[in-house]
Amino acid sequence: MSDIVVSIENLSKAYQLGSIGTGTFYGDVTRWWAKKRGLPDPLLKVDETTRESRNGETVWALQGIDFTVKQGEAVGIIGRNGAGKSTMLKILSRVTAPTSGVVKVKGRIASLLEVGTGFHPELTGRENIYLNGAIMGMNRAEVDRKFDEIVDFSGVEKFIDTPVKRYSSGMYVRLAFAVAAHLEPEILLIDEVLAVGDAAFQKKCLGKMDDVTHSGRTVIFVSHQMAFVENLCSRVLWLHDGCVAGLGKTPEIVDQYMQQIRDKVTATNLGERTDRYGNGVVRFQQAWLEDGEKSIVDYFRVGDRSASVNVLLSTPKSESVEGNAVLVINDASGFHLLSVRSEDKGILVRAKGTSVLSFVLERIHLMPGTYYCNLYFGRPGGNEAYDFVENAFSMRVEPGDFHEIGRVLSPQPEKFIVKFDITCRQVEPA
Amino acid sequence: MESNYIDDNNWTMVIRPQRAWWDLRLGELWRYRDLIWLFVWRDFVAYYKQTILGPLWYLIQPILTTLVFTIIFGNVARLSTDGLPPFLFYLAGNTVWTYFSSCLTATSNTFTINANIFGKVYFPRLSIPVSVVISNMISFGIRLLLFLGFLAYFMVAGSEVFPTWWCLLLPVLLFINAGIGLGLGIIVSALTTKYRDLQHLVSFGVQLMMYATPVIYPISSLEGGWRWLLIANPITPVIEIFRLGFLGVSALSPAYLLYSVAFTVAILLIGMLVFNHVEATFMDTV
Repeated sequence: MSDIVVSIENLSKAYQLGSIGTGTFYGDVTRWWAKKRGLPDPLLKVDETTRESRNGETVWALQGIDFTVKQGEAVGIIGRNGAGKSTMLKILSRVTAPTSGVVKVKGRIASLLEVGTGFHPELTGRENIYLNGAIMGMNRAEVDRKFDEIVDFSGVEKFIDTPVKRYSSGMYVRLAFAVAAHLEPEILLIDEVLAVGDAAFQKKCLGKMDDVTHSGRTVIFVSHQMAFVENLCSRVLWLHDGCVAGLGKTPEIVDQYMQQIRDKVTATNLGERTDRYGNGVVRFQQAWLEDGEKSIVDYFRVGDRSASVNVLLSTPKSESVEGNAVLVINDASGFHLLSVRSEDKGILVRAKGTSVLSFVLERIHLMPGTYYCNLYFGRPGGNEAYDFVENAFSMRVEPGDFHEIGRVLSPQPEKFIVKFDITCRQVEPA
Repeated sequence: MESNYIDDNNWTMVIRPQRAWWDLRLGELWRYRDLIWLFVWRDFVAYYKQTILGPLWYLIQPILTTLVFTIIFGNVARLSTDGLPPFLFYLAGNTVWTYFSSCLTATSNTFTINANIFGKVYFPRLSIPVSVVISNMISFGIRLLLFLGFLAYFMVAGSEVFPTWWCLLLPVLLFINAGIGLGLGIIVSALTTKYRDLQHLVSFGVQLMMYATPVIYPISSLEGGWRWLLIANPITPVIEIFRLGFLGVSALSPAYLLYSVAFTVAILLIGMLVFNHVEATFMDTV
């Protein structure tokens, strides 16, 4: 008897693009009747029959996936948007059926594609725990047994008999996650959307997921945040355009994946953002990251030299503007980690028409993770903002060889890293 | 539990592209009975939360509707009520009809209204329409009590109404109402995943259908050409036999109920087959 708990064999899923059917009952019947008699589809235009229009409408979200998961394993599924990660989870959680292939599962499977599914705003926290628990597959007795634990974990016991529509969004999410976290399936499917939210919540989520993995249960985790995958998963399945692009130990596959996406990076567009302050004398248009060789990158590595944050800006109201440019780097919870202020170094930034503002960082002293940056441009020596965009773009930092000793540092929970020397010398006893 | 002996493994679940048409998985539905019950209770509670009159709404609506019927069809149009007090006559028809129509309309948008939750987590999809039928049965119970109250009042006041033994058929009448409402409703809900316009059809189709059912008139008042339409309507015997059971008057033979029962079983079966077929992949089309 093997210890394989999920076995996926030759799994494929096709989606029809465009409108499904002809859109009307009459049209579908006509088409069906013509097919029955072996006639060409009367509703297709003439030129459509020549090329294979029907095949053209089909998109394979997954194609021939073979994959097994062992008991107690934490497996990550990575890949770019549209690679088939979510489709995979949907099939595993039985939200939709595959087009071909078979999935065999041993044990109860529960999916966390979203927290708070089925929460009813008019019902109280207590009532929603039971409802949500039942939707996730718990029976009443199970919820009864875990009720106190769930309430404890959520920290909303004072409001447990208040309708959840009066909850703050934080309380709502905490309660929802608490229910989800106390499901005890043998196999847990998790979508990374779960891991959004403030840092404290993320930490709690990850901690809980870690517990789950270490309690011998099997976890399948979908994400494109490599930091999470590296923290949680021992093995990774990399999907690309619906096919398996890599399967193996986490570090190797993540490396290959990073290699592959490195070329396809783009700038963050800021021109359309409306959640900004300032009198509009300066307007940030785009932001992107460049490495020391001035090529655009998707992320920095710990220890990168001369990496820069670049901002395309315009001066819509005048020919040139002088001011104080600030880049603030925050962690995921919005806590200011550091600021790069032109004023601090006595630099007066001068923007003339469309300009590229570059914050060149001598070295990256941040530990791996995702950071969020605010951009500010304002009156020199004053508080008047010309343009200010919070969370203008995110800045990912990946593990790197900070000490330049040919070894990539593994991710640590702390935020910063510095160069150091350590010595130990013998001294005369006093 | 399905076993796969080829692999020498006991798989608890096997996901395949299409299940067999007849594989209704009613056992699974039974395992999720707690969920069904919670849905019932949610619908019931959410209906009157944050309202002034609360559960009273379950009574106000039938009383007002019946009053309007009594005034318009009884006093203005002077339709026959088989010699029964008009208010009781309409209340009886309305009580029975509302259960059917609310089952039908509320189950017919199962997929579209629950697309969000269906897209996130799996549970037997049938549990939603089943819970709707049950929660509507509770409101039917309340309306029935109201009706019985008025019935007792009219009897004490000396009206010519008298319940007969046929009223013991009430569970059968309920089964027919619930079964046809559910069956038709889930067929429509399965089809609306592809043809959205069916939803509009249902909303006014139900209204039109009321006029093809002896709700506001007795079947005895319709002779000749159109009578077959009433007879073909499987809800007709339900309403007529309800009146026979509780008010003591009907021109329809209770034997017609057999036709309704057969119709119910057929439509339920078809409904579940269609629903079952659609639920596997509806998330791709809805």
